[in-house]
Amino acid sequence: MKKAITMEVNGASCEVEVEPWRTLLDVVREELDLTGAKLGCDIQVCGACTLLVDGKPVSACSVLAVDADGRKVTTVEGLAEGDRLHPLQESFMKFGALQCGYCTSGFLLTAKAMLDENPHPDDEQIKSYMGGSFCRCGCYQEIMQAIRNVARG
Amino acid sequence: MAISERPLSAQDGQRLDYQAKLTGRAAYLADMKMPGVCEGAVLRSPVAHAWIRYVDASEALKVPGVVAVYTKDDVVQGTGIEPYYGPVFKDQTIVAVDKVRHVGDPVAAVAAETREAAEEAANLIVVEYEDLPPVMDVRDSVKEDATLVHETVRIPEHGFADLAELKPIENTNVCTHFKLRKGDIEQGFAECAHIFEDTFILPTTQHVALEPHGCIADFQPDGRVHLWSTTQNPFVVRTQLANIFKMPVSKIRIMVPYLGGGYGSKVYPKIEPLTVALAQKARRPVRILLSREEVFYTVTKHAAFIRMKTGVTADGSFHAREAEVFLDTGAFAEIGPRVAKKSAYTAAGPYKFKHVKIDAKSVYTNKPPAGAFRGFGVSQSAWASESQTDIIAKALDRDPYELRMQNIYDEGDEFVTGEKLWSIGVKGCLEKVAQEMKWGEPMAQPEDASKVRGRGLAALIKATITPSISCAAIKLNEDGSVNVFTSTVEMGQGSDTAMAAIVADTLGIPLEQVSVLGVDTDVVPYDLTTSSSRSTFHMGKALELASLDLCEQLRKFVSEEYEVPFDETRMEGGKVLFRENALTIREVLFNHFGMQGGTLVGRGEVKTGLTDPDTGDKTTSSFWFVGAGGSEVEIDKDTGRLRVLKHATAVDVGRVITPLGCQQQLVGGAITGLGQALFEQMVWDNGVLVNPNLVDYVLPALGDMPDEITPIAVEVPHKNGPFGAKGIGETSLIPVAPSIANAVDDAVDVRIKDLPVTAEKIFLGMLDKS
Repeated sequence: MKKAITMEVNGASCEVEVEPWRTLLDVVREELDLTGAKLGCDIQVCGACTLLVDGKPVSACSVLAVDADGRKVTTVEGLAEGDRLHPLQESFMKFGALQCGYCTSGFLLTAKAMLDENPHPDDEQIKSYMGGSFCRCGCYQEIMQAIRNVARG
Repeated sequence: MAISERPLSAQDGQRLDYQAKLTGRAAYLADMKMPGVCEGAVLRSPVAHAWIRYVDASEALKVPGVVAVYTKDDVVQGTGIEPYYGPVFKDQTIVAVDKVRHVGDPVAAVAAETREAAEEAANLIVVEYEDLPPVMDVRDSVKEDATLVHETVRIPEHGFADLAELKPIENTNVCTHFKLRKGDIEQGFAECAHIFEDTFILPTTQHVALEPHGCIADFQPDGRVHLWSTTQNPFVVRTQLANIFKMPVSKIRIMVPYLGGGYGSKVYPKIEPLTVALAQKARRPVRILLSREEVFYTVTKHAAFIRMKTGVTADGSFHAREAEVFLDTGAFAEIGPRVAKKSAYTAAGPYKFKHVKIDAKSVYTNKPPAGAFRGFGVSQSAWASESQTDIIAKALDRDPYELRMQNIYDEGDEFVTGEKLWSIGVKGCLEKVAQEMKWGEPMAQPEDASKVRGRGLAALIKATITPSISCAAIKLNEDGSVNVFTSTVEMGQGSDTAMAAIVADTLGIPLEQVSVLGVDTDVVPYDLTTSSSRSTFHMGKALELASLDLCEQLRKFVSEEYEVPFDETRMEGGKVLFRENALTIREVLFNHFGMQGGTLVGRGEVKTGLTDPDTGDKTTSSFWFVGAGGSEVEIDKDTGRLRVLKHATAVDVGRVITPLGCQQQLVGGAITGLGQALFEQMVWDNGVLVNPNLVDYVLPALGDMPDEITPIAVEVPHKNGPFGAKGIGETSLIPVAPSIANAVDDAVDVRIKDLPVTAEKIFLGMLDKS
């Protein structure tokens, strides 16, 4: 019943055996103990579960783990290099782009994917790309500032 | 623009929780691992109102991996528990016993080795219902022939001090009726030149904290139970569990990890009683994590129907206000009676009415229970009051700002309860907002003739829970660093940082020397609740007092050791000063204990009552929070489509403790208000909730943001707050909706009286005019 899959997670190869119906979010959280991505809505609209698969943001609550077989997965735990935070993490800290922190992993990873595609987005491009993530504490203004700050170097 | 020019010295803008939250290492409830844990699943009612004829769980028990099934039989004949509970009235049971009262009402629960097995088994439980007519609207529910939601309501032996006068009413769906009277309302209206009567409506909404509710319960071999829970008030939950399971509170240990948002949704027992019951029956640790859909069935914000009648004298003075506020509290009283009371206090707004007659009723319906929601009854009454203020201004051809300023409270004015108001910077808030919105200057209209812009204002006053208590302790270590023991729950509002800053500044030590433990009811002293915007004021003050207690102990040691009068010693910059000497805390402790180790404990307590301890005057609220908001909107005349271009929010914070936290609370609250104003509503069809998901229940996202939300902190210090600070968590939400409705009316002469303010309503309103 279980299927062995191999993923490169945050740069390290890892092999896990999973039931074919388990989601990527579930496997990353429960089997790999990477709990930074959160379950929010379970129907890929809130953005809290966002992970990068081959550099592209996906709603991990609605992606099967077996579909990530052979792919590169990035989680929020893989953003910092040792003690050195990723520029987006630094910028979120500086501008206060989070309160409860439940959506933060999703926002950081989505922003990273955007900047990897387009290092200098304008405000409308940021709003459009980041439009699929909710921050219920209402840090949108600070999130915009934090992303702009990185985008404009 | 900096929100404060004079932050506490320990504040450099950093938050203590950021490192963990930005790296994915902050542990929330669902991230915790528990060896041997069973997963719980809840069977919920598919119908809004019905008698339960029988529950048959025999097939569920056959599912492989099932450990225990909990049904009404366990409540009634079970383990000697008290079947009924609830924070105000005892109208809730762990699972439904005689009736189901809303779609989503828990009927049974299963603990199993896996979530899948638990869900499969729950679906195999057979329940036979005998349908009753559901009551889904407060206007139907209060009718004499309405079907009763509760045939009888029990009251607890020891209830909340502020709700002692509220008793259940027999043979009606009116849960409580709170009356507020001042002067003579009939005489008041007789003295008025103008009378206005309007009706306002707000729909049921939901908090949608991104983290759903969850709980883990684990009984210990000695009979104690350990819980990890997503609760904003662990001590109230502990009391409720002690009453249900007939245990001393010392046997119940509740630990609270970081919360992924609360906004009121996580106060009072939610999934905790059922998790504990299931763990007790399964004899295993049990974890229940609610799905998004289940969250919508667990707690909501009160829908409201408000009749408001206002008398104004010839010179524009607000003279007489009569209001009838019906708050839809759903299937259970929960904290609805207090929501009604708080709503009543401020149904006359921040204005100097001479004659007031307010009747606020919390009313049972067959909807999910409504509870606390950021704004707590005041966003309902302010929607009516602040909308009507502009209706009045327009009818009398008065400027809405000038009319408000003519009638608004000032220092020392008498409130509707008869008490005097102090530390009440609402006038300053309104002034600052008007300034920011360029009020008085002509509204700049867009070049595109199909669009038109308008501006609107709103102001508010709100009470905090009173009486209440916060206890705190600080452990001073041998190296001069401190551990802070507080039950204030960090749910995003930045309380850990604010509390640490207060301690650091009072002791004169750097912020890095302060650690905040996190909530564990076995360790931290009692605190009533993290809600009602009360923590900075109450817990912050308790920690300031605890810090001062430590300072006094240190000075006493020095005074005795060096034979110097106590009054000639003082603490400054983390050192004890006397004569020409300055001893570090480490040195004082070393001298005192005579060795490397030793601990000092500082204690602080803030207890508020219904009289001011200094003056003996009546106080309904230990402080009042006041503020104002202004909105600029642009409307597409062809479609009614509305865009909020700018919102300015001014809040009297007393004193800014953490500038970043303050900015986040003011702007964040306004964004929640924006969702309530423009999109959010739970919709029922024949008793069934049709949108319990985040596709059909619409939240504000980045693209919905105004170009600018400007937070303004007005600082009118309060004598009893730490460094003069007051609570700020709820204020900025409240004026958003009425200020937007007022701006819409300013732009297109359409008055929306029922939330949300949608393009469709604006469009139809414009159609009516043309």
